[in-house]
Amino acid sequence: MKLSSVLATAGEWLRGEGPHHQIVISSRVRLARNLRNRPFPGWAKKAERGSILELLRRRVEELPEMQDSFSETLQELSALDRQVLVERHLISREHAAKGAGSAVVINRRQTLSIMINEEDHLRIQSIRSGLQLKQAFKLVDKIDSALEDQLEFAFDQRLGYLTACPTNVGTGMRASAMLHLPGLVLSELINQVIQAVSKIGLAVRGLYGEGTEAMGNLFQISNQTTLGEKEEEIINRLSKVIETIIEKEHDARQILLQKKPDTLWDQVGRAYGVLTYAHAMASKEALNLLSIIKLGVDLGAFPEEQRLPIDELFIDTQPAHLQKSSQQKLNAEERDHLRAQIIRDRLKLFPKPDITKMARQSGNGSANQPSNNE
Amino acid sequence: MQKVNLCEACSKEKGVEDPKSFALADLLLGIGASEEIEKSAPTEKCPVCGFSQADFKKTGRLGCSACYVTFGEGLNTLLKAMHKGTEHVGKFPARAHHVMKLNDRMRTLNENLQKAVAEENYETAASLRDQIKQLESELANSL
Repeated sequence: MKLSSVLATAGEWLRGEGPHHQIVISSRVRLARNLRNRPFPGWAKKAERGSILELLRRRVEELPEMQDSFSETLQELSALDRQVLVERHLISREHAAKGAGSAVVINRRQTLSIMINEEDHLRIQSIRSGLQLKQAFKLVDKIDSALEDQLEFAFDQRLGYLTACPTNVGTGMRASAMLHLPGLVLSELINQVIQAVSKIGLAVRGLYGEGTEAMGNLFQISNQTTLGEKEEEIINRLSKVIETIIEKEHDARQILLQKKPDTLWDQVGRAYGVLTYAHAMASKEALNLLSIIKLGVDLGAFPEEQRLPIDELFIDTQPAHLQKSSQQKLNAEERDHLRAQIIRDRLKLFPKPDITKMARQSGNGSANQPSNNE
Repeated sequence: MQKVNLCEACSKEKGVEDPKSFALADLLLGIGASEEIEKSAPTEKCPVCGFSQADFKKTGRLGCSACYVTFGEGLNTLLKAMHKGTEHVGKFPARAHHVMKLNDRMRTLNENLQKAVAEENYETAASLRDQIKQLESELANSL
């Protein structure tokens, strides 16, 4: 499978059909695995890294799930293509920076991506739409068991799976979900939530993981620790916390609708106005405004069929996707113009926000709020 | 514990431009991480991959799976502070499970052997020795 075919189709997670998809954009689970007594990628000499890559790539490509997969060394991918894969969360930023001796294999549905010689010899990742941590874990667990038949993984009876970084030792598992939380941000409750989550040993991060800022009201929540707890326990704990946050987000939206409908209406109207008429739009501004439009769709201010075009804009307006679609390298200014143009074009088909509908809907569908106009 | 990715500009700002003078391990794994690792085997290098504790200090990463044994003592304190528990309770590779069973059997055989020798039951002891030998080669093949 070619990269162009990967890019031509949106992955399952981008189509946004999973449970709680209004708030949970995607769920990801990755396992870190290493070969026993072989130097980790960061320490291995070039030749050894190459021989490890060769061995692992063959085993990975042989997996039944990887029939008709996309498989490429990082060296063979242009900087732009690597960045596109980062924007789709199919490889990490760290992996994109790798050159010789690293590769990525992605299945046809784009639900499974295996990075070879990232920080660890293997990073097996599954990404799904909505809140599907259990399903994502099931897939990586199955892949891990299949690979373990063929390969000898570094494992210690007391410490579990051994990883390049001591923070991953044990299960080698990182489970995370990307949440869209405009309600909590607008009602200034988000810091409380972040603090509470941090206290129970979970991490909150921005759009592209470690060390990145939160843009577009998007937050990644993941487990911080990997030793001393079973995989299923970690997943259950995380899922429960996420379900609670989903509830809090719905509550925050309800309260905004009831107590500050004008503020909400103002935000949606401004976002719509700027996105419809602006001619230069930086990536961060675009994400922040699109987030408000997405909230507008959730609350019924825009028709449901506009959900997918908006969700797609979140990805299509990212720097590498923009350049890929225009088939040329663009400087920042040119990107901002093109971004604004793409958004304007897509919003042409958009009806104006309908405040009466917004007041009637509640987002989680549980409450029957009296409408202002009835 | 906090992990940070730094771009060139930020690394200068935070004063980590010279990686030799700065313990990246401290930044990545929390202050004190590089000291912890020094507790174990101050001059030792990993016999499998040649990684030293200075390398850990610099990178905050280990060289290979055997480093967990080489630098075990210092790592244990680090892991204790970093994680929920100190022992893995999750998934076991089927192969490790098999080896574990073999190890259990080996322990039993050795105990029986000692008992047989103590009781001067040499015929049993000889047979036990044979079994142990066989198991040893089986274990060597499984690793």
